[in-house]
Amino acid sequence: MVRSVGRHTLTLVHTLGDFALFTIRAFHEAAGSRKLARRVVCSMFEQGVRCLPVIVIVGVFTGLVLGLQGYHVLNKFGSESLLGTLVSLSIVRELGPVLAALMLVGQAGSALAAELGMQRQTEQIAALETMGVSSHAYLVAPRLIAALIVYPLQTAVFCCIGMWGGSVSGTMLLGLESGVYWSAVERAVEAHDVRECMTKAVTFGLLTVALCAYQGFHAHRSSAGSGARAVSASTTRAVVMSSIVVLAADYVITSFLV
Amino acid sequence: MAISAQPLLKVESLHKRFGAAAVLAGVSLEVPRGRLVSVLGRSGAGKSVLLKCLAGVLSADEGVVTFDGHVLSEGDAAARADFRRRCSVLFQGNALFDSLTALENVALPLEQTTRLTEREIRARSLEALRQLELDAHSDHYPGELSGGMQKRLALARAIVTQPELVLFDEPTAGLDPLRRNAVFTMIAKYQRQFHFTALVVTHDVPEALVASDRVALLEGGTMCFQGTSAEFSASTDGVVSAFRDSEAALGTALSSIRRGEVVPSEDT
Repeated sequence: MVRSVGRHTLTLVHTLGDFALFTIRAFHEAAGSRKLARRVVCSMFEQGVRCLPVIVIVGVFTGLVLGLQGYHVLNKFGSESLLGTLVSLSIVRELGPVLAALMLVGQAGSALAAELGMQRQTEQIAALETMGVSSHAYLVAPRLIAALIVYPLQTAVFCCIGMWGGSVSGTMLLGLESGVYWSAVERAVEAHDVRECMTKAVTFGLLTVALCAYQGFHAHRSSAGSGARAVSASTTRAVVMSSIVVLAADYVITSFLV
Repeated sequence: MAISAQPLLKVESLHKRFGAAAVLAGVSLEVPRGRLVSVLGRSGAGKSVLLKCLAGVLSADEGVVTFDGHVLSEGDAAARADFRRRCSVLFQGNALFDSLTALENVALPLEQTTRLTEREIRARSLEALRQLELDAHSDHYPGELSGGMQKRLALARAIVTQPELVLFDEPTAGLDPLRRNAVFTMIAKYQRQFHFTALVVTHDVPEALVASDRVALLEGGTMCFQGTSAEFSASTDGVVSAFRDSEAALGTALSSIRRGEVVPSEDT
């Protein structure tokens, strides 16, 4: 029992160290990589443009549901005018960064893990290394840099769309004055809320993309063996672990910032 | 071309284990400069592992690899970098990037490892494609090319940096006899045209014997034969003859089966 706990602890520490070195190496080696900007733009397209529809759809429905639920709860206390406050703070402080990150993990993160996993299985990563090309700089760094730009943007889009969804619920469907809703939003959201939101978005972006890239990059180490099963296992692990990390990191950041 | 006294690549007592299994148990090999050397061996003998250890994809547990007189060790980054600059690898599955066109695939090593201008990179990449008769397909993606074209594209990418040594990992695996001949002809033709040294690992005996200047046989984790194709053909060594004459042995076994005799099963 003690031996097993010790072994697992050592494995965890080793994996965390390996993950940190993997991420640092990607940024460090990116400095000498040619045509990095072009690959960053391609990655921004993958994480940004391709994921935008899902961000918009989830944002709208999150706002709609929050508006609906919030209105009925506030109505019991005669405080419907605070609906804008409830929706905006819920979305900007928590739901926006967390749900946007989870959606990005589901779409862009899984695709990244699967793509790198296939590149590992088909020896494309080995081919890069034998050419003297840093696979960390060529394949991983552009994704990480793109995530630092795209995640905050996607989160901002999610928050705006979500607050608009809340107003649709509150004003169009339930009869609240539009001016009341938006003035409550304006009063409630302050600069430190936006800073918290963006801090979370950047942190989630870095952690989840690095985690998905790490899992795909090391698909050959998978206990599922090699080939399609290894790619499938590494992709699943990437999505599950990234989702857990988003929620855990959210708690840690919130506990420091609140 | 005259053979230099010093081999371009020398492997001494290379060991590689995976868990309890010793795949390479003291492999030694010499690859003369400007020659085509084939390493033969049955499936699972460790040929690809040997190649990957040489290419730096895998780390050997023990042994010394010398390239052009310089020992390649884990700690000597400069020697490793020099080796990578002067050596290319053609992988079994070609390892082409699906999202890049043929031209972009060939340009990749020049783009990332040299300081050439865009124009020079494009000119050299197009020249490599033209030499391998792929210039009409420069804008095609690997998935749009036939198997033979993909192999040539991988070779174009391997030679565009003008390497002195090209390592071929089972270039004919899974191909029919006609395509096997075509691939070996391609390797022999371009090896002479571009004057690189070639090390090919394969289990295709007839093609390797015709195309190679020297052959080596890997069996039981060690090289049990090294010599010219003629010496391999004339060898009376039991392991060599068993591998070389496997087709004749198959004929004998089939004749026995047809006559209704009991044929002992062999370990596959």
